[in-house]
Amino acid sequence: MLEIKNLHAEIENEGREILRGLDLTVKPGEVHAIMGPNGAGKSTLSHVLAGKPGYRVTDGSATLDGVDILDMDPALRAANGVFLAFQYPVEIPGVANMTFLKAALNAQRKARGEGEISTPDFMRLVRAEAGKLKISQDMLKRPVNVGFSGGEKKRNEILQMAILQPKLAILDETDSGLDIDALKVVSEGVNALRAPDRAFIVITHYQRLLDHIRPDVVHVLSKGRIVKTGGPELALELEAKGYADFVDAA
Amino acid sequence: MAAVKETVDQVRAIDVDQYKYGFETDIESERARKGLGEDVVRFISAKKNEPEWMLEWRLDAYQRWLTMEEPTWARVNYPKIDFQDIYYYAAPKGTAGPKSLDEVDPELLKTYEKLGIPLREQAVLAGVEGAKVAVDAVFDSVSVVTTFREELSKHGIIFCSISEAMREHPELVKKYLGSVVPVTDNYYATLNSAVFSDGSFVWIPEGVRCPMELSTYFRINEKKTGQFERTLIIAEKGSYVSYLEGCTAPQRDENQLHAAVVELVAMEDAEIKYSTVQNWYPGDKDGKGGIYNFVTKRGDCRGDRSKISWTQVETGSAITWKYPSCILRGDDTKGEFYSIAVSNGRQQVDSGTKMIHLGKRTSSRIISKGISAGHSQNTYRGQVKVNRKAEGARSFTNCDSLLIGHDCGAHTVPYLESANPRAKVEHEATTSKISDDQLFYCISRGLGPEEAVALIVNGFVRDVLQQLPMEFAVEAQKLIGVSLEGSVG
Repeated sequence: MLEIKNLHAEIENEGREILRGLDLTVKPGEVHAIMGPNGAGKSTLSHVLAGKPGYRVTDGSATLDGVDILDMDPALRAANGVFLAFQYPVEIPGVANMTFLKAALNAQRKARGEGEISTPDFMRLVRAEAGKLKISQDMLKRPVNVGFSGGEKKRNEILQMAILQPKLAILDETDSGLDIDALKVVSEGVNALRAPDRAFIVITHYQRLLDHIRPDVVHVLSKGRIVKTGGPELALELEAKGYADFVDAA
Repeated sequence: MAAVKETVDQVRAIDVDQYKYGFETDIESERARKGLGEDVVRFISAKKNEPEWMLEWRLDAYQRWLTMEEPTWARVNYPKIDFQDIYYYAAPKGTAGPKSLDEVDPELLKTYEKLGIPLREQAVLAGVEGAKVAVDAVFDSVSVVTTFREELSKHGIIFCSISEAMREHPELVKKYLGSVVPVTDNYYATLNSAVFSDGSFVWIPEGVRCPMELSTYFRINEKKTGQFERTLIIAEKGSYVSYLEGCTAPQRDENQLHAAVVELVAMEDAEIKYSTVQNWYPGDKDGKGGIYNFVTKRGDCRGDRSKISWTQVETGSAITWKYPSCILRGDDTKGEFYSIAVSNGRQQVDSGTKMIHLGKRTSSRIISKGISAGHSQNTYRGQVKVNRKAEGARSFTNCDSLLIGHDCGAHTVPYLESANPRAKVEHEATTSKISDDQLFYCISRGLGPEEAVALIVNGFVRDVLQQLPMEFAVEAQKLIGVSLEGSVG
């Protein structure tokens, strides 16, 4: 599904290299956790994959189902199935959450040459998915992320994911700022979206999230490269020992 | 939502820099000589078959205008206007006065059809079913037709051109004309008083709720011609009227002057809602051509508990100088001002409102949304003045500016003067940019850059759009999208 080879990327204005030859292969249906100390390049990886401006890829490739996504503009990547759940979801005053969801869904359908979704079908879809994530009607009518609590914002990201049905979902520190109850709701939402033809990259600092979203593979990222790969037990080991060994290894 | 989608489609469908109302109607016209003088004032008055007192009024205004100076306090820059290089009167030939639809020149009917303005009474606004709107169509210096007059007259409502009102209802015109905006109010209002050619007149009798939207559609067609219209709306005790004004002009390299005066009078318990969708030609992207829009609009809440509400969507004109105001004279009166001002290219906007609190427990509410893109400058200038005797007065201002790009400017100039220590006057202002984060958030969900901007801007102006009559809200939303065309990337 996702194949990243020798990826090098730097911050555009500073020329500072953050990703230094990163390799990663994620197969359909798998959940990969990426852990690592601050500054290792975890968020940069998610931004580069989603196409956030401000980064320059200097070498390497990233393909999704054999198609190079690094040359695509971010909207096209989205239409091709890339979804980034933001660490800090952005507020858009005056734009109802529902309006935003529909505009996004229809833009993606259009880019794929599909027709627009009918309003009744859309309403049914949103109601069903919102119910699973305990998102109220009121939250659907409120402007996107404006005045949402930390937990509401993250649930809203998962709602978008559920509506947009991506092939590859990247969760950038989705657990930050969540209390234990919110973490449960969000994790259940993600687990419900696990499917044989969908892959997840879960970026986190803490083992805690991985108790709820069980990863198939755990990677340690340090200084812009994957320095160790293992099963779920690797996360427990990290929790016990910290990153010190790996930072040195890099 | 559908409207957002339409904005987006509209943005896509139209090339950058293309003003879709920029065509010219080829029609023979009759003009006054070029330039301004007493003879021109007399010419206009004679053309309108005006009573003697009206001519005197005009001549008096002209004499006063000669002694006045052009105001320079607004934050707008433009070369000095040569008032002798303008035609002050131009009318399609053979239009001595408004006629029935059958008599109107087919070229004119075609023009309005092209502009999407329904003059046939059975027709409705494009895309809006069941909406009845009465229209007074003003072409250059004359009103060419006023629709639905018969139906309105059943309710005792007078809706006609101001020229006609002077002849048919002189007592009303004499009583109210200049009673809200005095002849000497300001340079452009005085000029207008001398040379105004046409405009609309509305009188709503006591206790009548006007059964349909009234509107005037202004079109400047002739070259080198100024448009000086005059609108007067009177709502008698306990009546209600909603009125909408729209304007467009052909695309020309020269600048054209538009100096209108609008006066509103609301008696006890009456309510007037006045909406404007201003889409004069804004000039090209380098600032060549476009309308100079110097307009004086004022409402007088003369009777207790009356209410006047201004809503404006300003997307056109090279220069906009406009401050629709309310004099809150009666006790418990309410004034409202809702504004969206969009500027792009080299446009300059200096607009806002004045709320003058005279009566007890008067209240005013100002919501202004300025959006600047390209190399434009967008200023909100607003005055809230509370008289010593305005016990219990309250005023609230919220003024938000949104910047798109790095070469435009947004400015807020509030003047708050309260002579009553117990008055409650609040002012909030924010300036924001469409952040890169907001854009990326939208784009990462699949929206294109222009779609993303249209969505964010529509969110920004939502509170004001909701104030427009529904028939026009969608239209206004489209217009905003089109105006911001080419502002990203």
